Amino acid sequence: MEIFRRLQSFYRPHARYLAWSIVLLVLTTALGLAYPYLLRLIVNRVIEKKQYGELIFFVSGILIAALAKGACNFGQQYLGQVFGIHAVYGLRNALYHKLNRQPFSYYDKVHTGDLMSRMTADLDAFRLFLAAGFNSIVNFFLLLVFGLGLMFSMNVTLTLSVLSMIPLLAFVAVRFDALLWPAYRRVRQSLGKLNTAVQENVMGVRTVKSFAREAFEQDKFTSGNNAYFDANIRVAGLWKTFFPYMELIGNLEVVVVLGVGGYLVIAGHLSLGDLVAFFSILWYIIAPMSQLGYLLNTWTQSVAAGERLLDILEAPDTVPSPAAGRTDPARGTVEFRDVSLAYDGQLALRRISLRAEAGSTVALLGVTGAGKTSLVSLLPRFYDATEGAVLVEGVDVRQWDLQALRSQVAVVFQESFLFSTTIFANIAYGRPTASMQDVERAARLADAAEFIDRLPDGYRTLVGERGLGLSGGQKQRIALARAILADPAVLVLDDATSAVDMETEYSISRSLREVMAGRTTFVIAHRISTLKHADQIVVLDEGRIVQRGTHARLLAEPGLYRSVYDMQFRDQELLGGQPLAPVAGAMNG
Amino acid sequence: MVSVNETRAADELRAPFIYRDDDAIERPLQMEQIGRLLRYMGRYPRLVWAALAATCGGIAVALAAPYLIGATIDTAIGGAHPTALLFYGGALAALYGLNFFATRARIRLTNWLGQNVIRSLREDLFSHVQGLSFDFFDRRPAGSVLVRIMNDVNALQDLFTNGAVNSITNLLTLVGIVIIMFSLNIQLALISMTVVPVMFLISTKLRALIRRSWQHVRIRLSRLNAHLNESIQGMRVTEAYVRQDENQAFFEGMNADYLTMFRRAMFLSSFFAPGVDFTGAVGSALLFWFGVHLLMHGAMTVGLLVAFATYLGNFWTPISQLGQVYNQLLVAMASSERIFEYLDTRAGVLDRPGAQALPAIRGDVEFSRVEFAYDDKKKALDGISFRAAAGMSVALVGHTGAGKSTVINLLARFYEPTAGVIRVDGVDICACDLLSLRSQIALVMQETFIFSGTIMDNIRYGRPSASDEEVVEAARAVCADDFIRQLEDGYRTEVRERGSRLSMGQRQLISFARAILADPRILILDEATASIDTHTEHLIQKGLRRLLEGRTSFVVAHRLSTIREAALILVFEDGRVVERGTHDGLMRGAGRYRHLVEAQYRFLA
Repeated sequence: MEIFRRLQSFYRPHARYLAWSIVLLVLTTALGLAYPYLLRLIVNRVIEKKQYGELIFFVSGILIAALAKGACNFGQQYLGQVFGIHAVYGLRNALYHKLNRQPFSYYDKVHTGDLMSRMTADLDAFRLFLAAGFNSIVNFFLLLVFGLGLMFSMNVTLTLSVLSMIPLLAFVAVRFDALLWPAYRRVRQSLGKLNTAVQENVMGVRTVKSFAREAFEQDKFTSGNNAYFDANIRVAGLWKTFFPYMELIGNLEVVVVLGVGGYLVIAGHLSLGDLVAFFSILWYIIAPMSQLGYLLNTWTQSVAAGERLLDILEAPDTVPSPAAGRTDPARGTVEFRDVSLAYDGQLALRRISLRAEAGSTVALLGVTGAGKTSLVSLLPRFYDATEGAVLVEGVDVRQWDLQALRSQVAVVFQESFLFSTTIFANIAYGRPTASMQDVERAARLADAAEFIDRLPDGYRTLVGERGLGLSGGQKQRIALARAILADPAVLVLDDATSAVDMETEYSISRSLREVMAGRTTFVIAHRISTLKHADQIVVLDEGRIVQRGTHARLLAEPGLYRSVYDMQFRDQELLGGQPLAPVAGAMNG
Repeated sequence: MVSVNETRAADELRAPFIYRDDDAIERPLQMEQIGRLLRYMGRYPRLVWAALAATCGGIAVALAAPYLIGATIDTAIGGAHPTALLFYGGALAALYGLNFFATRARIRLTNWLGQNVIRSLREDLFSHVQGLSFDFFDRRPAGSVLVRIMNDVNALQDLFTNGAVNSITNLLTLVGIVIIMFSLNIQLALISMTVVPVMFLISTKLRALIRRSWQHVRIRLSRLNAHLNESIQGMRVTEAYVRQDENQAFFEGMNADYLTMFRRAMFLSSFFAPGVDFTGAVGSALLFWFGVHLLMHGAMTVGLLVAFATYLGNFWTPISQLGQVYNQLLVAMASSERIFEYLDTRAGVLDRPGAQALPAIRGDVEFSRVEFAYDDKKKALDGISFRAAAGMSVALVGHTGAGKSTVINLLARFYEPTAGVIRVDGVDICACDLLSLRSQIALVMQETFIFSGTIMDNIRYGRPSASDEEVVEAARAVCADDFIRQLEDGYRTEVRERGSRLSMGQRQLISFARAILADPRILILDEATASIDTHTEHLIQKGLRRLLEGRTSFVVAHRLSTIREAALILVFEDGRVVERGTHDGLMRGAGRYRHLVEAQYRFLA
């Protein structure tokens, strides 16, 4: 109940649908009992008492009641579903809104699959209860009250003997559903596993074939396929075990009514019409009884589902944007003031101080895990510093309006993500209204225009999961074009050109210098050729700045920068002495 | 017309997201396909017969019980014979008891049959698809192959578990009921049958309408979920580029579209149960109206009337199920068409009849006037000839698209040359057994595929029979041991979602370990070190050298230090080898190679 109270803002506004649905449900149930009642009258009065003139009234009564019942039944079912779907519509929008504003630290912890199952299965379980579960429970009690009332009014003995088997039926039904849910969950799980096995096989087909591991993959698939088979057979096994009993109990009720009722008719305690009416009511009661387990389950499932949805909705907002934060355009001055950052109790950055003037380039070098990505993530507030402050344009990033801040800081991530849409829309992701000329210019600057033009559909080419497969380097260049088009004051390139070859990277870095003139660039890279022109090169190790300076200065002192330079430069020795001259020059300058 | 298309195309250019629907809808019935599907059931003849026998038991009860009830009312109750009542009641109970066992057997057998068919169909499809070559996979996104193996096969599940067997028993039940009704009373039988066509209409036409409307709902829902999935995965980009408001509007639009479709489908669906009920009530009203009149003239009894009412009620189930099977068949046609399309696709690279397994090779590789074209277009390779003696290292140099990767694809026989011959140890690779060739070659690519499972499993992929010690040894040899040990569970660490927990460099190290464990005679490194940082690359240089030691190797790389050490450098341009030789030899000239090297040097200086 608590769960439903916390979610009430989503369904309360649509409560009138539910109210009407319940009213119609009461009418449906009441009208449903008109049929056995009229049947009884036909047998008792028309057939037994030979009042043939009354037949026309009873038969038309059956038709009218059926018509009215049909209309009410339609209404209660439809309105109940409308209630459910409207409630979930609002809930789904709210969940999406919330997910779009969760901090990065949230996504570091959750799994896509888990969120997806909440957004699909849980949302649906919740909807199902609102749409039909609640009505079914009401219906269950109505039937019990109306049906038993009518039966008792006709004959107490027969009613009691019919009732004797109902608890047994209810017990079997509840037990059945208690086992059925976990069994269906196993089916879903094994299907999920089989799906993963097939998906990996198709996506990793190059690896599979190059290691000639087809037989191994076939085994993996077969065991998944068998597990899915077993899970399905297990569900069938439950049906096989329980369903025949439920059917048998229902059938035996018929025998009871016939035997006990028949005896009562022979003994003159019951009219034939009453007996026929009993038969008719019987089915009315048995059907919901055999669904009792299902009803109870929709309730428990919906509570559990609601709880998981509330987990998302009520997750704390950790990126509060100040009410009247700064929104002015920035030129790109950035300062890190004694910044430390801890994730999960581990220090990722320790007392970093760094200043970048507008128009300068800062290059970051360090081994994996040194803190490069953490450092640049503080700029657009993907994370907030644990200690110290990050300032953009002299204003603490936490005093900036979040939207304004992020639209002036563009990040190209280490792993480029493309959405399922055209190349055009992917580049224009940050500026959906951009013109074709702007998009083409951004693509040209990112050195992507040439390969895009060669594609048969050019900028209209669909990419993403189901679209054209692009190489790592091509994806990186599209992601880069996206950042260029955003026209930021601060551009962050997090190892953004690792998959493009050196020549392309060189030409990209030259055009970036032009684009970013007067603005600030942070670049993380492994290639000296990318880093060397930076105004400031910062070497990080275990979250600390261990070296900083220009290319020439860092080459002159021992450290990571020089050792990386040496390694990459060794390539050039093969030119035979020739390269030494420019290096000496760089050292002097 | 053209302008319409252009407007649509213009809309698509800027569409925030585009989700192509990849679900089969329905197709008209095709006998040939139905036959092919039935043949799958034919694989389990005993199950088919047993299932039919069990369902016939159920039919007998459905046919006999109403008659028995009617007789009880007329003879025992009407005639006031308590003993007869006991007898009839006992007979009915016994009949229901038999039915209990028949139902058990039917549920068990039909499910066994259906699940077995689905399992073997999926197995066939999977192993067939897996046997297809790269020309198949290159043309299709992984997602759409997945949809066919999973969703399309599952779409047949209902048909095989319930539909096929039930449709035969349902037909028998219908015929049985009609015969009994007519033999009991022809007039009343005719009158009761008047509602049957309405029942058929509801069960086929209305149901088809309903099903189609739910298909629209499902399509909307799968788009919605595709978007959700993608949004969650790309959330960092969305937040970084402040796209939340546009995306929210897009999502709410999709959600509203889904809501509308759902309401429409629900509206139609809500007609179904009342429609069935009302038709039943009309039938009963007719039955009583005429039945009572017959009764007036003594041509009818109360018991018979009750029996008729029950038979009429029993009519609904088989009609409803037959309607359902018909609908299932229409859907099955669409899915099976797609399944059979894959099953009928022949692999581009296939073992020749009588192909001999390649014995353990030394690693001598020869390309002789090899030509190749993808899709009959421009030649990707145009007369390539070279020879690499066993143990020699060959570097392939040239711009993207010059033909380096094609040489590698042909050597691993992912494709076959359109002209010319490739020989390994003097044997034409197209004449030998495919698996025996590939198991002696290892390929390390720029983008490593990591399977979900432990790190240990992933390395062991190179040689499944390797012991744990051998796996660790392989990791140590390529300097991967250090980082693996630092992970929380070491070699037992589970990697998920395509290895997303690992950095690109770490993934690459795992693929090196995989390759060294496979211990191939021929090793191919295709841009394998491009995504490893210099520091790590330096660390693994030793491992890499060990990997190459004593094997014939083909290396595509940009890093000159790697190329320099090659015994043979092939320089590619437009599908031809334009220069060949050793580094020193080529540097002495003033050709393409020297030009490439000098160009690279400029970036660093």
